[in-house]
Amino acid sequence: MNEFAIVWQHRDLIVEGFENTLVIVIVASICSLVLGALLAIPLMARRAAVRRIATAYVDTMRCVPFLLFVYLLYFGFPSIGLRFDNWSAGVIALILYNAAYMGELLRAAWAGLPKEQIEAGLAFGFSGWYLFRRIILPPVLFSALPLIGNQLIQIVKDSAFLTVIAVAELTHQATSLQTTYFVPFASFIAAVLLYWMTCVSIESTIAYANRYAEERR
Amino acid sequence: MLDVSQSQARPPDDTPVEAVPVIEVAGLSKSFGANTVLRDISLKVHKSETVCLLGPSGSGKSTLLRCMNWLEEPDGGAVLLAGQRIGIRPGGSVRMSDGDLAAVRTRIGMVFQHFALWPHMTVLQNVMEAPLHVLKRDKAEVRREAEALLQRVGLADKMDAFPTRLSGGQKQRVGIARSLAMKPDVILFDEPTSSLDPELVGEVLNVMQSLARDGLTMVVVTHEMSFARDVANRVVFMDGGYVVETGTPDEFFSAPKSERARQFLARYTRG
Repeated sequence: MNEFAIVWQHRDLIVEGFENTLVIVIVASICSLVLGALLAIPLMARRAAVRRIATAYVDTMRCVPFLLFVYLLYFGFPSIGLRFDNWSAGVIALILYNAAYMGELLRAAWAGLPKEQIEAGLAFGFSGWYLFRRIILPPVLFSALPLIGNQLIQIVKDSAFLTVIAVAELTHQATSLQTTYFVPFASFIAAVLLYWMTCVSIESTIAYANRYAEERR
Repeated sequence: MLDVSQSQARPPDDTPVEAVPVIEVAGLSKSFGANTVLRDISLKVHKSETVCLLGPSGSGKSTLLRCMNWLEEPDGGAVLLAGQRIGIRPGGSVRMSDGDLAAVRTRIGMVFQHFALWPHMTVLQNVMEAPLHVLKRDKAEVRREAEALLQRVGLADKMDAFPTRLSGGQKQRVGIARSLAMKPDVILFDEPTSSLDPELVGEVLNVMQSLARDGLTMVVVTHEMSFARDVANRVVFMDGGYVVETGTPDEFFSAPKSERARQFLARYTRG
């Protein structure tokens, strides 16, 4: 039997991995975007001490290889009494890691907003959370949209690392299929195709949203 | 037509002339680093007055305006809104909380040089935003008023457009409607026509002139000498961070007292 026929025969394995990847990516995307938006607030804080702490977090995350960070969370943290199952460790790692990137790119978009429209918010009596939520955040999201799209694709690719802690996502399932039936080419190609489809859907969604954002920025 | 004079009614004739000013600046000073921008500025603006701040670029007039709602924090002196000191807590020298300052700012409107509309909202949403989400007023009522205001500034047909689709003159008229929607005690205009193409200046000045006629209290930083001459009750001429002279437009434009004002006017009237 040829390789692709074998993969097709055991497609439920691949489909299960694909579904898991989608769930992981969706949860990690939403959470890291929300956390990133919240992180942008201390990154832009008036007080230098607050800004420095937030910046230190972002810099740390950006300098740690993701694979190492996953190892640390899953294998390292139990030594200090923090024990996660592999799923939680994997998803938490994805969220914490990508929130740093999201926070930094949203901070940059915020810093690039025309100062006057934020001042107008202040002048009209907005302050604190409402100023952020109604006047700052929407234009920040609109202008950062293409960069957010890039980061979502990064999350898709980072999720493949979770195979190292045996999370049954797409790469993991493709690997186990190939080791069981010795069909490396077909099973990896199948996985690549599904990753590609995921990324293309993200890209077209972002392109669509971008047209919507166009006249709002 | 919407009656903007609700909160801006002209004082009845028997009101004493020296009523509490709507907004007052007393001994204000401000520096940016080593650069002193305002030196001991005092100014009173009474109800229904239009005061124009004139002067060369860098004379401190925009900074003075921005100190009046504490977008810039003055280094010394006081700003009083209806006799109440703002920016500083009563009886102390501690800065007001952001929330308290925000509450004060709802009573001071502002129109910006570069319009500063919120780009993610339609024209109508821009006008409704602060009454709805800062003053927490009833939505149907706010909407009715916003529509009437947009009608008044001639933009009834642009309500659902986003700011990016508007000309500069249209944007600035939205900016004015947005300020009026808050029914503020006074509106500060920061060079409202300086970033407009010359042929669009008129439509904005016409709206401002009609507001002045209706008795809105206005402080206007401008380079439009004809507007100051025709509309202002009083002009304040600034140079180098000082108020050099103040007077009625007639006095100022026909017989300026200071040499500096004469030079300034010569440059403008030469055309």
